[in-house]
Amino acid sequence: MAAADGMTAHVLQLNDVRLRRGEREVLACVTFGVQRGEIVALMGPSGSGKTTVLRLIAGLEPFQSGTVQVEDLTIVGNGGNSANTLRLLRRRIGMVFQFHHLFEHMPAAKNVWLAPVHAHGVPFREAVRRAQELLALLGVEHRANALPGELSGGEAQRVAIARALAVDPPLLLMDEPTASLDGARRSELRELLQGLVGEGRTLVIATHDEEFASSCATRVLRMNNGMVSSQD
Amino acid sequence: MIRRRVDKRQNCRWELATLALFVSFLMFAPMSLAIAASAQQEFRWAADPEGGAPFVEADPARPDRVVGFDVEIAEIIAQGLNRSATFLNVAFTSIDQSIERDDAEIGLGGIEDTPARRATMAPTVPYYRFREVLSVRDTDASRFRTLADLRGRRIGTLGGTIAYEILLRAERDFGIKVVSYDDDVHPYTDLIIGRVDAVLLDNVLAERRRRTTSGFTIQPESVATGHYVGVLAARNAALRESVNEILRNAMRDGTLERIFRKWRVWNEDQPALFADVLAGNPLPPVLGFDLPGGEATVSKWRTVQAYLPALFRAAAITMVLSCLSMMLAIIIGVSIASGRVYGGKIARSLLTAYVEIIRGTPILLQLFILYYGIVELIRLPAFVAALLGLGLNYAAYESEIYRGALEAVPGGQLEAARILGFNELQVLTLVRGPQAFRLALAPMTNDFVALLKDSSLVSVLTVLELTKQTQIFATNIGSWVVPGALCAALYMAMSLPLAALARRLEQRWRRRTA
Repeated sequence: MAAADGMTAHVLQLNDVRLRRGEREVLACVTFGVQRGEIVALMGPSGSGKTTVLRLIAGLEPFQSGTVQVEDLTIVGNGGNSANTLRLLRRRIGMVFQFHHLFEHMPAAKNVWLAPVHAHGVPFREAVRRAQELLALLGVEHRANALPGELSGGEAQRVAIARALAVDPPLLLMDEPTASLDGARRSELRELLQGLVGEGRTLVIATHDEEFASSCATRVLRMNNGMVSSQD
Repeated sequence: MIRRRVDKRQNCRWELATLALFVSFLMFAPMSLAIAASAQQEFRWAADPEGGAPFVEADPARPDRVVGFDVEIAEIIAQGLNRSATFLNVAFTSIDQSIERDDAEIGLGGIEDTPARRATMAPTVPYYRFREVLSVRDTDASRFRTLADLRGRRIGTLGGTIAYEILLRAERDFGIKVVSYDDDVHPYTDLIIGRVDAVLLDNVLAERRRRTTSGFTIQPESVATGHYVGVLAARNAALRESVNEILRNAMRDGTLERIFRKWRVWNEDQPALFADVLAGNPLPPVLGFDLPGGEATVSKWRTVQAYLPALFRAAAITMVLSCLSMMLAIIIGVSIASGRVYGGKIARSLLTAYVEIIRGTPILLQLFILYYGIVELIRLPAFVAALLGLGLNYAAYESEIYRGALEAVPGGQLEAARILGFNELQVLTLVRGPQAFRLALAPMTNDFVALLKDSSLVSVLTVLELTKQTQIFATNIGSWVVPGALCAALYMAMSLPLAALARRLEQRWRRRTA
């Protein structure tokens, strides 16, 4: 799999990933790949390991064995990754958390432009302009100056998506994106996500929502007891 | 006949009354005897044994007892009053107040006759004459002979004494700088190591120190002459007359001379004093020096006015010291908190040990160690030692606030920041720190107000801050009412705006993040 390159190759490949916490086996031999431009829905009951898989791909969760490849970068188990590897990994990944985790002490727009300016060296004016564009794209430009505490659940989620997109990651991970949305917002989100993959992005979405998964995803992976039990 | 019958009836009534009296006497006698005994026989006298020999000190053989010439004087007074002397330990600078509130009937132990005492208390006749003498390092003996030779130099003394008043005057006249101490040992040790260039104190204190410490010379020419007295409350004027009579008798019959000779403080000044006292000659409180604004004829308002600049200067010192200490405490506190949250195992345990040691020991002890304890290693100026002491102490408390605040920032935000590509330092400075600061603001304000008041402790290092200046002021005018109110008002004026500012900041943030 090391030769994962070119347009048709896998953007993401997990090989035999195992994760134990004490006695409990959280992930047992997880193997799957995701192609560029796919929207993959990761489904399964609570506690099946969906969120853990996303966190592990983002380098937030140490695992015991196996490998995770994101584009040309390989993450290994047992904490054998340098700070530099993690830094490079995070240039390839964006993540939208179920509870958004916006920075509470700054307005929505600053939440979006903070990382481009301070972590990616984008000139301030350009980053602010881009943040405004993203907020507009997501329909929350009127909330640019609001603090996260003043946003509704749906608004906060769209600001969180804008924040993740601001650093332009090829792979976007989303955890339960429909949890805080009503029906109308769900279809808006579906259109939005389908638009994103049109720009060459790849999405992995952990969700409970069968209807959303079947209408939005190009492929559904089902997880059970820490294993990917079926792929369809 | 009739008369006799009446008498008989009366006799009968008398017998009953006598019986009732006798029964009640049996019942209450033990109690009333005990009360009468304690009121009659106990003679409560107060002194500060820290003043030490030859005045009053703990008996080296039996530390629960005190010995010294003032102890023996207290005993002859008690004997003369046909009562037994009971000793009460009171800090030197609080003796007048303690007598005023009747903790004891008389204060002794090197109590100076001052205009303020004459105005507000009932001092006894003087029983000992002392001279205010300058002590200088041996090497300076030929060039520093008088106060005028010490222009621009630092001179140490005990706060709230005549010597202190004289130095305040010399500060104006000769441009010297007064350094006030709480005890009479450290002025001399600081003289030897060069923190001060001279010490002005009673010859009794100077000569005593001279016996145990070498390296300084007592100049023969005295700056002023004063007297030791016993001090009683103004309402006890009648008792004062009895005490005066006892003292005069002790001067006549040689008892006082015997006591002073035993404690090696007898000299040719004393017969002259005794002669003056026995002849009833008027004695000014201080000879050879005009005490500034001290005479009872000077109104209290004038004295208050005279002290105001010194009080404001002391308040400024308190404010500057508190602000600088707090800045130091915040910088070190942030470093400790970051080390404890992010550091390795060794760093974490070292920092934890620091916090526990600092929190587990009194700040006074830490100040003493910084100023006097490590003098062999490094000779810190008083202000620097005070600043370091307060800063290092408060840093321990601040670090706990910051650690709690850092840990209270939701972990999800930190993970979000890491995925966005921030390094750990950026996560701390851009995301975690600013939010922790908002959480820490209220307890920090609280700590700063506490620090403002704890800064009064540094007076033990000769830093003349607001509380110490107030105490000197109060001792000088013999009342705490006006100085106390002024001091409280100044502290409030410093802490209230700060509390208001913090409250406004907090409200702003709460509104925006609600």
